Amino acid sequence: MSDTQQDMHAQSMSELAAGLDRGDFTSVELTQSLLDRIGRLDEQLNAFITVTAEAALEAAARADKARAAGEGGVLNGLPIVHKDIFCTRGVKTSCGSKMLNNFISPYDATVVEKLSDAGAVVLGKSNMDEFAMGSSNETSYFGPVRNPWDLARSPGGSSGGSAAAVAARLVPAATGTDTGGSIRQPAALTGTVGIKPTYGRVSRYGMIAFASSLDQAGVISRTAEDAARLLGVMAGFDERDSTSIDRPVPDYVGGLNKSIKGLRVGIVRQHFDAGLDEACGVRVKDAIAVLESLGATTVEVDLPNLDLSVPTYYVVAPAECSSNLSRFDGVRFGHRAENAEDLLDLYCRSRGEGFGDEVKRRIMTGTYVLSAGYYDAYYLKAQQVRQLIADDFKQAFAAVDVIAGPTAPSPAFKLGDKVDDPITMYLNDIYTIGANLAGLPAMSIPCGFVDELPVGLHLVGGHFAEQTLLRCSHQYQQATDWHTACPADFK
Amino acid sequence: MKAGWETVIGLEIHSQLATRSKIFSGASTAYGAEPNTQACLVDLGYPGVLPVLNEEVVHMATMFGLAVDATVAPRSVFARKNYFYPDLPKGYQISQFELPIVEHGELYITDAEGKEKCIGITRAHLEEDAGKSIHEGLDQCSGIDLNRAGTPLLEIVSEPDLSSAKEAVAYMRKIHTIVRYLGISDGNMQEGSFRCDANVSVRPVGQETLGTRTEIKNLNSFRFVEKAINFEIERQIEHLEDGGEVVQETRLYDSDKDETRPMRSKEEANDYRYFPDPDLLPVEISAEYIESVRQQLPELPAAKQQRFVDEYDLRSDDADLLTGSRALADFFETAAAATDAKKQLVANWVIGDLSGALNRDGLDIADSKVSATELAGLLTRIHDNTISGKIAKQVFEAMWDGEGTADAVIEARGLKQITDSSAIEAVVDEVIAANPGQVAEYKAGKDKLIGFFVGQVMQATRGQANPGQVNQILKEKLGG
Repeated sequence: MSDTQQDMHAQSMSELAAGLDRGDFTSVELTQSLLDRIGRLDEQLNAFITVTAEAALEAAARADKARAAGEGGVLNGLPIVHKDIFCTRGVKTSCGSKMLNNFISPYDATVVEKLSDAGAVVLGKSNMDEFAMGSSNETSYFGPVRNPWDLARSPGGSSGGSAAAVAARLVPAATGTDTGGSIRQPAALTGTVGIKPTYGRVSRYGMIAFASSLDQAGVISRTAEDAARLLGVMAGFDERDSTSIDRPVPDYVGGLNKSIKGLRVGIVRQHFDAGLDEACGVRVKDAIAVLESLGATTVEVDLPNLDLSVPTYYVVAPAECSSNLSRFDGVRFGHRAENAEDLLDLYCRSRGEGFGDEVKRRIMTGTYVLSAGYYDAYYLKAQQVRQLIADDFKQAFAAVDVIAGPTAPSPAFKLGDKVDDPITMYLNDIYTIGANLAGLPAMSIPCGFVDELPVGLHLVGGHFAEQTLLRCSHQYQQATDWHTACPADFK
Repeated sequence: MKAGWETVIGLEIHSQLATRSKIFSGASTAYGAEPNTQACLVDLGYPGVLPVLNEEVVHMATMFGLAVDATVAPRSVFARKNYFYPDLPKGYQISQFELPIVEHGELYITDAEGKEKCIGITRAHLEEDAGKSIHEGLDQCSGIDLNRAGTPLLEIVSEPDLSSAKEAVAYMRKIHTIVRYLGISDGNMQEGSFRCDANVSVRPVGQETLGTRTEIKNLNSFRFVEKAINFEIERQIEHLEDGGEVVQETRLYDSDKDETRPMRSKEEANDYRYFPDPDLLPVEISAEYIESVRQQLPELPAAKQQRFVDEYDLRSDDADLLTGSRALADFFETAAAATDAKKQLVANWVIGDLSGALNRDGLDIADSKVSATELAGLLTRIHDNTISGKIAKQVFEAMWDGEGTADAVIEARGLKQITDSSAIEAVVDEVIAANPGQVAEYKAGKDKLIGFFVGQVMQATRGQANPGQVNQILKEKLGG
C-alpha cells in the first residue's frame, strides 16, 4: 500500500477527488478502506445507525467504471454519509427513533438523489437525536454518539453522528439537518465545518420533518471547500418542495479564492454576555482578529430581541412537530403496538412505545400551544416575535455582510450532564436558533481549542449569502490550521 | 311544521373538484379503482413527503367565487386541521381556516311563496378529502382505502339564511347546477362528489336569538337532505315542547329508518388545533388573474334563464327547467336554431316528450337517441303543417326507436298530413251522409257535436287531415 493510500481517511474531499483523478487509488479502494475504518472505530463512537457496505462498494465500482470511461459527476467516487433523517430507498431510515426502526424507505430524498446522481458513494446512515430533537445526541433510540475528542463527552446534536464521523475521519463529509443549530452546534463541538443554508435553498423533500418552517439540510465536512463542493450539488429548486426557491445556484467552489478584504463583519455585543464560557469567547475574538488581519472590518451591531429566540423557537418548533409527527400512528408504517384492544389503544400504545421522552415532551408542548384558548397567547405571539427577530437581522445586514460570534456557549459537555435538564440543554442553541427563525444561512468553523476541546466560530449571512460565508470560512482556513487538527485516537 | 316555530338552516356543501390529479399530489382522482391503487406516497403521508398545490383547483375555486358574486381573496392560506383517524394518513387534513379563497357570496332561490330570496354564502374553501374506512366483509378488522385521500374539495358554507327543508334543497340544487355549469365538479352524488352537512335549529316565532343547533353529517341526495332536515326539525320541536333542551351535537341520518341519530356531542368534539401549514406557501391571486378567469366564465344559469325568456319568449318556469343543466340548455338552443318552429314549441318538446323518453330509458341528455337537429327536423314538419302535433308524437317514438329522421318516418309510414281541401271535403261529405241523426241534432243547436264530426273525419283519414281545415269545412257544410 502506498503512502497516499494509507492516509486516505485524513484527506479532505477535494484532496481525495484529486487522488482519484490522478489514479492514486480507486473509489473501491477508498470506500473499502473507510468501511474498514468504520468497522474498527465506530464501536467507540456509535456514529452510525446503518452501514451500507455492499451498496457502497457497488456504487464505488460504478464510479470507477464511469471515471475510466471519462464520465461521472462532480462527486464521482467520493464517500459521504447521510444523517438518518434522509429517506434512502431500500435502506432503513430510522430518524433515530424506535418508531421507525423497522422503516425501509421506498424512495430517495431529493438531497440523496442529487448526491448519488453526482456520483457520491454512500457509506451509511448516521446516528442522530430522535427526530432531530436534541442538542447532545443522547435522545437517539440507538444510544448516544460519543465525541472523538473525548469519548465521555457529547458531540452535540442533533446531527451528532455526522459530525463525529467526519471529525474521526470515518468519512470526509456528511449531510446534516439544522432546525435550531443541529448542524452548527455539533460541528463546533467536534471541530468540523457545518453549514446550514438559507431556508428554501435545499429541498426538504424526503427529509423527515421536525419543524417544517425551520428545517434545512446542509453539510458537515472538515473544510469550507468541501462544504462548498457538496452544497453546490445539494442546492437548487425542487418542484416537490413548495418552499424551495427557484433561484440559480452560484459556483460556490469557484468563489472561494476571492479575498475578504473590505468584508464587513458584524459583532453582536450580547453574544459575549455572561452566558458564554470565557475561554471560548477569547477563541472567538481571536478568530475575528484573524478575519480583520485578512482585510475584514468589524462593525458592532445590535440584535435587541436575541434573548427571545430560544423561547420563540420552543413554541414554534414543538407546534409544528406536534402536527408533523401525527402521521406516526402505527397504522401504515413504523412501530405498531401488539394486540391493540381498539383504535385508541393502538394509537396510544404505538406512540407511547415508539417515541422517546424528549419527542413526547415536544409533542405535548406543541399540542398545548396550538390548543383552543392558548393559540393566540403562544403560537401567534411566537410568530410575531419571530418576525421581530427577522427584522433585527434585516436591519443588521444593512450594515454588515456577515455576523460573527460563538456557535455554542461552551465546548463539548459530558454525556449525561444536561440530559435531565431540558432548559439548560435548550440554551445550548442560543446563538444558532436566530438564523433558523429568520431563515438565514449560517455556518460554524473550528477556531481553536479550550481544554483540548474544539471551539466553533459562528458566521451568519443575509439570505442567499452562502457564497460569502463559504469564502470567509475558506479564507480563514487558508490562514489557520485549526481544521486540520485530528483527535488523537483517530489519526 | 308546527305553528309557532321557525327553523334556521345553514348548509356546508362539499363539492369534489373535477381535476385529473389530486390537490397536493400527482395521483389520479378517477373513481372506482381497486383500493389503494391511486394513492402515492404523498397521499399515504409517508415520512418526508411534501404537498404541492395543484393550480387547477385555484382556477376552479376562482370560477366558483365569481359565479356567486363573492370576493376571491388576493391571499388565502392553507391550514392544518389536526385529528387522528385511520383514514386520515397524516393525522391532519390540509384545509383553509382563517383565510379562505372565497368569501361573501350570494345566490337567489325561490321561496315557498314564489318570491326570490337571497342566500348568503359565507365562504368557500379548498381542502383535501380523507380516505375511506371499510368495515364490511372483513373479519374482526377494518380496512382503509386511501384512493380518495387528497381528492380536492371545495367546501361551500352558507349563511343560516334557509328557513325550511325545501329552501335548503332549492339552494343545494342551485349550487349543484352552478358547479356543473362551471365544469368544476361532476356533481355525482352517488359517488359522493357532492354532499352536504346541514346545521339545523328551531326557535319560537319572534325570538331573536338562535336556538341550539345540531349538525347532520354527510347527506348525499336531495331527498335525504329534505327528509333529514324535516325529521330533525320535528324532533327538536317535540323535544322543546316537552320541556327538554336541544343538545349541540353532530348527528347522522339513517335513510333506512328515516331518522337522525347522535354521533358525537360538543364535549367530545375535537380541538383541531388549526395552524397555517408551513409546507405550503400562501395562495396569491392577482386582480389580472381574476379578470382573466371572469372572461372565460360560461354563461351562468340565472343569466341563461333570463336570456331564454327574453330571446325565445319562453315561459319563465320552462326557461328555468331548460337551464337546469348546461347540456339540456345547449340541446334546446341547438334545436331552436335549426327550425323555424315557435321556440315555445321547441321548449315544450324538449321538456315534454324528449325528457320523458330520456327518463323512461334512464338516459342522460348527452346520450339522447334523438339529436337536437333531428328533433328540430320533426318540429319543422309540425310548423309547416306536414303533420299534426298528434302525429308528431307517433313520429317521435319511431325516431326514438331508430327508424330514421322525421321525414323518413313520415314518408315510410305515409303520415303526411292531408291539406288538400277537396280531399278533406270528400271525406266530410261522407261523414255527413253517414250520420243524418247527428246532423239533425247539430242543426237543432247541439254545437258540441262538432267534436264528434271532427273525430269521425280524423278517424277516416287516420289522423292525417289538417284539424284546422277539417273544422272549417265541417262548419261550412253543416251550415253552422
